[in-house]
Amino acid sequence: MTDDTSNSLRDEIRQAVAENPVILFMKGTPDQPACGFSARTVAILQSLDQPFAAVNVLPDPRIRQELSTVSDWPTIPQLFVNGELVGGCDIVTEMYQSGELQRALGLDGGTGTEEPPQPETPQVASLSIENRL
Amino acid sequence: MPPARYACLVSATPEELKQRIEAGIPGATAEVTGDGHHFNAVVCAREFAGLSRIAQHRRVYEVFGSELGDRIHALSIQTKLPQENTV
Repeated sequence: MTDDTSNSLRDEIRQAVAENPVILFMKGTPDQPACGFSARTVAILQSLDQPFAAVNVLPDPRIRQELSTVSDWPTIPQLFVNGELVGGCDIVTEMYQSGELQRALGLDGGTGTEEPPQPETPQVASLSIENRL
Repeated sequence: MPPARYACLVSATPEELKQRIEAGIPGATAEVTGDGHHFNAVVCAREFAGLSRIAQHRRVYEVFGSELGDRIHALSIQTKLPQENTV
């Protein structure tokens, strides 16, 4: 990989994060998550009826590598809200349970005792930008 | 840390992760469960005070560096301050 390639990929990731108020970098797609942690994060966003852009990191290992460089976060999934890294599955789940996630998304806060939804067959199509990276 | 060259040949154990977290974050206590690939860590440390959740989790991830996603396939983290720790 040349520096040019990695820099342009990095720029595309930054741009995608800047342009999409809610964007999830995940393994697989919202319809077909390829990892339990990604599936759980998708299920939480969908349970809130929260539209989100999704980027599948699996087709090209460089996406994951450059994403982690940009975000300083080693694992997938990664949820960004308004340009800021919120966290991975653990943090998103904790924040959902406490209602913080709902507030961060500008939704009505939860009760603070939310049981996280379990992934089932996802229904909502993603605002996919999968082909751009 | 195990030598990088052989680390990938040796399965990680919950006990190893616990010891490394406690060595890497002074004063921390960690409860780790797992099957050699997927791990769950509850980490309690005074130094988490004042840090965002993101920063707290980064602190734990730092202990393992590039082994995450590789030798340690997945690590779930829950961070706590000492007074919150009811475990």
